[in-house]
Amino acid sequence: MSELRLTVNGGEHVLDAPVGTSLAHVLREQLGLTGTKVACNEGHCGACTVQIDGVPRLSCITLAHTVDGEVTTIEGLREHPLVEAFVRADAVQCGFCTPGQVVSAAALVAANPEPTREEIRHAMAGNICRCGTYPKIEEAILSWQG
Amino acid sequence: MARLIRTEKEVEGRFEEVWLVVEEDPLEQWPEGPLAVVGRAAPRQDGALRVRGEARYTADIKLPGMLHAAVLRSPHAHARVRRIDLAPALALPGVRAAIGPGEAHGLEEEAGWAGAPVAAVAADSFAQARAAVEAVDVEWEELEVVLDPEEAVRRGLVTGDERRSERGDVDRAFAGADVVVEAIYRTQTVLHNSLETHQATCEWQGDTLHVYISTQYIWGIRQEVAQTLGLPEDKVRVVCEFMGGGFGAKNSPDEYTFVAAELAKRTGRPVRCALTRREEHTSAGNRNSTIQRLRAAARSDGTIVALDGEFTNSVGWSGWSAPTEGPMRALYACENVRTVTHAAQLNTPPMKAFRAPGFAEGTFGLECLIEELAARLDIDPLELRRSNYAESNEGTPFSSKNLEDCYRMAEPHWERRHEVRARSDSVWKRGVGMASQIWYGGGGPPSYAWVRLGSDGRATVVTAMQDIGTGTRTAMAQIAAEELRVPLENVDVVLGDSARGPYASISAGSSTTPSMGPAVRAAAADAREQIEDIAEQRGLPRDTSVEEVVGLLEESQILGKGARGPNPTGMSVLTFGVHVVEVAVDVETGEVRVERVAAIHDVGRIVNPLGASSQVEGGVIQGIGHTLSEERLLDPETGRVLTTSLDAYRMPTIADVPEIVCEFVDKPDEHLTNLGSKGLGEPPIVPIAAAIANAIRDATGAEVHELPISREEMLRALREAAKKERRGAPAAV
Repeated sequence: MSELRLTVNGGEHVLDAPVGTSLAHVLREQLGLTGTKVACNEGHCGACTVQIDGVPRLSCITLAHTVDGEVTTIEGLREHPLVEAFVRADAVQCGFCTPGQVVSAAALVAANPEPTREEIRHAMAGNICRCGTYPKIEEAILSWQG
Repeated sequence: MARLIRTEKEVEGRFEEVWLVVEEDPLEQWPEGPLAVVGRAAPRQDGALRVRGEARYTADIKLPGMLHAAVLRSPHAHARVRRIDLAPALALPGVRAAIGPGEAHGLEEEAGWAGAPVAAVAADSFAQARAAVEAVDVEWEELEVVLDPEEAVRRGLVTGDERRSERGDVDRAFAGADVVVEAIYRTQTVLHNSLETHQATCEWQGDTLHVYISTQYIWGIRQEVAQTLGLPEDKVRVVCEFMGGGFGAKNSPDEYTFVAAELAKRTGRPVRCALTRREEHTSAGNRNSTIQRLRAAARSDGTIVALDGEFTNSVGWSGWSAPTEGPMRALYACENVRTVTHAAQLNTPPMKAFRAPGFAEGTFGLECLIEELAARLDIDPLELRRSNYAESNEGTPFSSKNLEDCYRMAEPHWERRHEVRARSDSVWKRGVGMASQIWYGGGGPPSYAWVRLGSDGRATVVTAMQDIGTGTRTAMAQIAAEELRVPLENVDVVLGDSARGPYASISAGSSTTPSMGPAVRAAAADAREQIEDIAEQRGLPRDTSVEEVVGLLEESQILGKGARGPNPTGMSVLTFGVHVVEVAVDVETGEVRVERVAAIHDVGRIVNPLGASSQVEGGVIQGIGHTLSEERLLDPETGRVLTTSLDAYRMPTIADVPEIVCEFVDKPDEHLTNLGSKGLGEPPIVPIAAAIANAIRDATGAEVHELPISREEMLRALREAAKKERRGAPAAV
């Protein structure tokens, strides 16, 4: 076990976890933040996306002890206008990938509030949705400001 | 009064006769077209829960004291356990129990494929369980591995008898035909890859087993678990409030559920057993590969006079033989049709139903062959399809069929082909193709729902169904709101728990809306009638608003109940559609880009046009993956799966999505239930592969015969087309 200090959604946490524990594991199992989903656990699908200092990161392949920055999960983005935009556009089917999609999209619109379709496709290509909600995700991000 | 009747039930093309208790008086169908709530776009009622990460999936269930299980799987495609020693695993830290072959249903001594479950361990953490599984000492006896489906059929290695059907005199029709075309089509093995892997958490409370599971069929799990463990069904509670995708692979409990139940029993603690992504690729089912040897014969006027198909389904070690021959038998009016279907048993992972099993594969072969026929006859492909329109399903009348409306709606999209082709250049060739869709999707009984209204004017629909991500909660709320004449936001739907609602349909075979919708409407109608009676007793008109009447109730509640009635006797309930696809092919590299898809479907009444368009888009996108990039590869020597990660197994991303136009005929099926709705989950994946292949043919003259249409297959087809052209034969239309 090794001490771990994390800032998550503005709150500071001092935890113990074995070196080598993934950030996703700490978030889900130790902090109870189950909005972050783990679908492949090897960095291929994007379901576990969180932000570290505003940049999208794959929490399943990020070692918790290496995190140096503020972590933002879907729980910290619940009031983001993108949530309402996703619901309105029906950009959710089974929903398992959706929190990760919103986290990636929030980083995109923070850096680029009016992305083009091409920019959306570029920024979101790492978030796989097996249900195929992609057209609606594109619509949601295009219309996120209402 | 309750009536007991005998009726036919269909799931994924498999039919059975069932007894059914029918209670309610039949309700008149609503008039065609959008109503107050039904037929209007409604965002998902549980959308915010899912988007905000608040929805609790099976993967998020964390029970006090819960242990984690890991499964030992065979590294060999065919082998028998000669000796197994669990002691080294039990000696490791955190390990609480270990079980071997025969100690839980699904753990077996003979492994029929690489990835077959053999033993399992429960430990405090998943990492400990995983480490312990590695420590289990197994001595294997390796057995013969069979991977070639045609060799398996020759040797009689099959999972069931071959399926034969014939109508008319096929040989005579071929002999007398003006034109005969034939081809061999091959489709690959593809993986469901739901983002939530297969998993269950089991907990014993006294003699009751609580099963939290990611499933498409709460009541099927309850029944199968109870039967397998020798429990009364009421002693198994099954919970699935939110689930992360299924696509056909999550209809049964499988080894992970029985492993969790047995280890929970042995340890006295809740046990979670979740497949990893890599196990998902080896041990969670697949759409089986097929070989289709097809022939078609026609008169020069375009009348199809004979169809003949021999289909080999590579079922894997176990599973069922999907109706790959189905489209050939039912899509066109043709007097002479013969099909033979083989079910090859191989040392490969077992198949499971995958979104229109059989029909997605069979439509690729048939609709490519019809295109070939159109080219040979020099008849417009749309015209050829129209002129061979089936008016009945092998003599049985359709409950409704509006495929002609689909064809009419396809015309403007089909007309674009001249303009699309004209946009070709020396490298990128563009073209347009189409394919028709036929599939089941009528749903069936039994299914039940309750509706509860309180004095606050809010209604709750209660039924122990599941919402697998299709938007079922919302569609059911819309139906109840329409019947009760209350605003949609006043209706909640409670589902996902066998302990708190009546029996509900499987969410497979495009059956959820057509099975559950009529039961919900009947329950709401029962409640409304009671409210009207109360209004009358209070001296109010029967059409007084529900809010006003129930406002008088104080603590009293109105309880309505409803049941799904039978499907129409002596009728064939099917769904129809057509896709028109535009592609661009890079003739130098073999890259294929799908640029536009027009998907037109006839599935009866549309309950939620917004959710329906999402279903169509999702099916089309999944189908594009099946057509162009997805393939589960095996090592041809050992039979081991090579594509075990989402990096190796290439599913579509947002960057691969074309423009998708969804259109619906939206006419209620007047013979089907009080709702007139059929299912829509599967139809959109059925025609897409053939429509893409036919567009490629239109663009380049190349005939693709295999899925996926990799660059290798595309370049092979282009070379063949060039050879044909040099020989002076017409390469294409």
